[in-house]
Amino acid sequence: MENEKENKFFSFIQKSIKENIRQSTMIIALLAIWLIFTFLTNFIFISPRNLSNLFLQSATIAILACGMTLVLVAGHLDLSVGSVAGFIGAIAAVLQVKLNMPTIPTILLAMIVGGMVGVWHGYWVAHKQIPAFIVTLASMIAFRGAILGITGGQTIGPMKDSFKAIGQDYLPSFLYRITPKLDQFGNAIKDSYGDVVTGWVSIFGGKFYETNQPPFNDISLIFALIFIALFIFFQIKKRQSRIKYGFKVLPLNFEILKIVLLSVVIALFFSIMIFDKGIPYAILLVIGLTLLFSFISNNTPFGRHLYAIGGNAEAAKLSGINIKQRLMSLFVIMGVMTAIAGVVFTSRLNAATTSAGQNFELDAIAAAIIGGTSTMGGVGTIFGSIIGALVMASLDNGMSLMNLDVTYQYIIKGLILLLAVWADIATRKKA
Amino acid sequence: MNGDIILEMKGITKEFPGVKALDNVTFQVKKGEIHALVGENGAGKSTLMKVLSGVYPYGTYNGDIIINGKVQTFKTIKDSEKARVAIIYQELALIKEMSICENIFLGNEKNKNGIINWDISFSETTKILKEVKMNANPSTKILNLGVGEQQLVEIAKAIAKNADILILDEPTAALTETEADNLLNILKELKAKGVTCIYISHRLKELFQIADRMTILRDGKTVCTEERKDLTEDKLIAKMVGRELTQIYPKKQRTAQEVVFEVKNWTVYDPSIDEKVNHNINFVAKKGEILGIAGLMGAGRTELAMSIFGVWGRITSGEIFLNGKKLKLKGAKDAISAGISLLSEDRKRYGLVLNQDIKSNISLSSLEKISKFYVINKNEEIKSSNEYSKSLKIKTPSIEQKVCNLSGGNQQKVVIAKWLMTKPKVLILDEPTRGIDVGAKFEIYNIMNELVDNGVCVIMISSDLPEILGMSDRILVMHEGVFNKELLREEATQEKIMYYATGGV
Ligand SMILES: Nc1ncnc2c1ncn2[C@@H]1O[C@H](COP(=O)(O)OP(=O)(O)OP(=O)(O)O)[C@@H](O)[C@H]1O
Ligand SMILES: [Mg+2]
Repeated sequence: MENEKENKFFSFIQKSIKENIRQSTMIIALLAIWLIFTFLTNFIFISPRNLSNLFLQSATIAILACGMTLVLVAGHLDLSVGSVAGFIGAIAAVLQVKLNMPTIPTILLAMIVGGMVGVWHGYWVAHKQIPAFIVTLASMIAFRGAILGITGGQTIGPMKDSFKAIGQDYLPSFLYRITPKLDQFGNAIKDSYGDVVTGWVSIFGGKFYETNQPPFNDISLIFALIFIALFIFFQIKKRQSRIKYGFKVLPLNFEILKIVLLSVVIALFFSIMIFDKGIPYAILLVIGLTLLFSFISNNTPFGRHLYAIGGNAEAAKLSGINIKQRLMSLFVIMGVMTAIAGVVFTSRLNAATTSAGQNFELDAIAAAIIGGTSTMGGVGTIFGSIIGALVMASLDNGMSLMNLDVTYQYIIKGLILLLAVWADIATRKKA
Repeated sequence: MNGDIILEMKGITKEFPGVKALDNVTFQVKKGEIHALVGENGAGKSTLMKVLSGVYPYGTYNGDIIINGKVQTFKTIKDSEKARVAIIYQELALIKEMSICENIFLGNEKNKNGIINWDISFSETTKILKEVKMNANPSTKILNLGVGEQQLVEIAKAIAKNADILILDEPTAALTETEADNLLNILKELKAKGVTCIYISHRLKELFQIADRMTILRDGKTVCTEERKDLTEDKLIAKMVGRELTQIYPKKQRTAQEVVFEVKNWTVYDPSIDEKVNHNINFVAKKGEILGIAGLMGAGRTELAMSIFGVWGRITSGEIFLNGKKLKLKGAKDAISAGISLLSEDRKRYGLVLNQDIKSNISLSSLEKISKFYVINKNEEIKSSNEYSKSLKIKTPSIEQKVCNLSGGNQQKVVIAKWLMTKPKVLILDEPTRGIDVGAKFEIYNIMNELVDNGVCVIMISSDLPEILGMSDRILVMHEGVFNKELLREEATQEKIMYYATGGV
C-alpha cells in the first residue's frame, strides 16, 4: 500500500519533469551554475547580498528578454535594443539634467520615444516587408550615432533621486525606522569620524539593531505573502474551473503537494531579498513584466497569433490573422520595453554614457535562446527567457567574483550559449 | 515476374511516446511487383515505409528488414539508398528555389573531385525526364512547376538513384485524374524494367488498376496480404475499416433554397506574372445545397477561392454578396468575420502550424471568439477542440499532440476542424478529402451534409470526379479561368464533366 503510493508519487514527478523537460533542464542548469560558483567563490556567491545583487544585475536584460522572446517567437529579431536603450537613457538624462524635468514625465516621454522607434521598425518590417534583421541592424548603427549626438560624447548625470530609485532602491521598511544610536543620557553617539551612528528600531520600540539594514524588510515580506496567497488562490481557481469543465485534474493530494512545493520555491526566492535590503523596485518591475508577458503570450489572441506567425506565416494569414497589425504592435511593445530597460539601466548607473546599452541585444537574444526560444520562430516561453537572463547574469556575477580575466569571461559566456542550445536540441530529440 | 521475395519486413514494432504506430508488422514484397500498402489514416503506412528507408534508424524500432536475403541495418537514408531503396514521401521534398536538375542530383551530385559536372548532369536529367514523360527544361526552377510535374520530378529523382525498390507514399493525392493516370503508366513502365514498387494511396480505384498484391494495415497491425484478383473494393474497404461500409457517398435528397452567396463579374490577375486567371466570373450558391466546382488542375479554381477569401491575386473587378449584402473583404480576417471560411488545398503550407499542438491549430481562427476582454478562455478552447477532435475521429493520444506527429490524413482533419470551429455561413472546401481514407471521407461527407442541413452553404472544389458527382447538388465546370458549364446533379456524368473541363462547348 505504502509502496504503491510511493510509486504513484514518483511516476507523477517523472511525468511532470518529462512534460516540462525544457523548463526543468534549464532550472537544473541554473542551479548547477550556482552550485559551481558557490564552491569556486568560497560561498560568497550564495550569500543573500550577492544573490540580491545578481537579481538586480539581471533586471535590464530580463526586461529586454521579455520583449525579445515575443519578437523571436514571431520569427523576427531586434538587433537595435542596445543602441535604442542607450539612446533613450540619454534622452532621459538630458531631460532630467539639462531641462530639469521631473521623473514621471521623463519616464513617460522615454516610453513614448521607445514606442515611436517601434512604430518605425514595425512600419518597415510589416508594411515594407524588409527583414527585421536589416531594419534593426540599421537602427543599431544609427542610434549609436544618435547617442553621441544627444550626449555630445559626454557622460550626463546625475539623475534625480526619484529617478535613481527605480534601479537602485528597495521597498522601504515600515516597521523599522532608522534612528541614531543613543547613549544612556539620550545623546547621539558619534563614531570616530564624527558621524552619527545609526541603527534600526521597531516602531513599537524594543531591540535596537546596530546594522545598516533592518533585520528583515517588512513590506517585502508582506508583498511576498500576498504574492504567494494570490498564487495559491489562482491555482485553486484554475483547478475548480477545470473540474467545472469536466477535465481531468491531479488527485487532490498531488495538487496540494505541487502548490506547496511551488510556494516554497517562491518563498525562498523572496526570502533572499527580504532578509537582505528588501525587494528592489527594479525586481518588482521585472516580476510584474514577466507575469504580464507570460499572460500575453499564453492567454491573449495577440500572443497566440505571434506563435502562429512564427510557426507558419502563410497559414496564419489564411487563418485570418492580420499579420501587419500584429507585427506593428509587436515592435511597438518591443520599443516600449526597450525604453523601460533603458530607464532602469540609466537609473542604475545614475548617468547616461555614450557606450550605454552596448551588447544588450546580444545578451537579450542569448538569454531567450538559452531559455529555449527558437531562432526559427514559433517556440519560446517568457519564463524560460527569464531563467536564461539569470543564467547570463550569474555567469557575469560569478566570474567577476572570481576575478576572472574578462578575456575568459567572454569566451566562457560564448561557450555556455553554444552548450545550452546543444543541450536543448539533444533533450528535445530524446523527448 | 518470378516469385522471389525481394523484401521482407519481419515483426516490425515502432513506438512513439504514447502511440504504438506499428505493432509486430509483417510485410513481404516480391521482386518486380507493384505492391499496394493500404489502411486508414494513421494505420502506420508511412511509418512502416520510413522504417524501411532509414528515416527511423536501426535500433529505434524492433524487428528485421531483409532485402534479397540479407538483414539490413540502415542508420540513415543514405544507407537505404545504397541498398537501392528509394522513397518518395507523402510530402513533396523538393527544394523550391532550385532547378529540376539540381533537385534530381541533390545529395548525389555528378562530380569529379568535388567539382560538379553540369554538362553530364543536364544530359542525364534530360534522359530521365524523358522516362517520366516530362517535357521541361532541366534548369526550370521547381517553384515554376505544378504539383503534378513536381511529383514527376520526385519520381525522376528516384530513378536517378537506380532504385530496385521504389516506395511511393500517396503520390497521386494532389494530382488530377489525367496526371494520376500518367503517373500510373510510368509506374507500369518502370515495372516492366524490373523495378519493384510499394505504392500507398487512398484512391482505391488506382490500386485496382496497378497493384499486383495488396497488404492491408489496421491500427499498426498487418491484417492480410492478398492478390488483387482475390479482392474487390468492398472487400478491401471492409478489411481496412474493420466493418462494412455500404455506401461511400451519403447523398441526401435536398431542395435548394434561396441564394445566400453571390459573386459577380469576378476578374483576377496572377500578380507574379500579371496574367489573368479568372475572367468575369458569375455564380451563386444557395442555402441547402452543396455546390461542386470541377475542372482540371490549373483551371483557376483554387485561385478563384483564394481571391474571394482575399488572400491571393490582384482583383480588377468583381463584387461579393452574402445574404444580399455587398461585402468589402480586405483579407482573410474580414472574410472569416463575415462568415466565409476557406479550407485550402495545401494543408502544410496554408493550413497548419506544424510545430504546435492540435488544440492550438483547431482554435487558431476562433481565438477572438472564445476570448473575453482580450483574454482567451482556455477551458473553452480545450473543450471545443476536444469535441471537434472526437467528432472527426482524429487519431491521437491527446489534443496536446503536435500536429507534425500526426499522419497525413489526420492533419487534414485538424484543418477541417479549425474551419468548422469558425462556424461559417459559407464554407469553401478546396480538395477537402485529399489524403483521407474512405472511412474518414464518409465522416467528412456526413459533416458536410449536416452543415447543409443547418443552413450552411457548402462549396466544394474537387478533382475527384466520383466525389463531385456523389456529393454535389449542382456542379460548375471550370475551364481556363471561366465557368464553362453548369450541370445539375441529375444530368451530370463523368464524361460530361470531362468534356466541359477540357473546353468543350
Ligand atoms: N513522430 C511521431 N510522433 C508521434 N506519433 C507519430 C509520429 N509519426 C507518426 N505518429 C503516429 O503514428 C501513427 C501512424 O502514422 P502514419 O503516418 O504511419 O499513418 P499513415 O498510415 O501513413 O496515415 P495517412 O494515411 O493519414 O498518411 C499515427 O497515429 C501517428 O499519429
Ligand atoms: Mg501517411
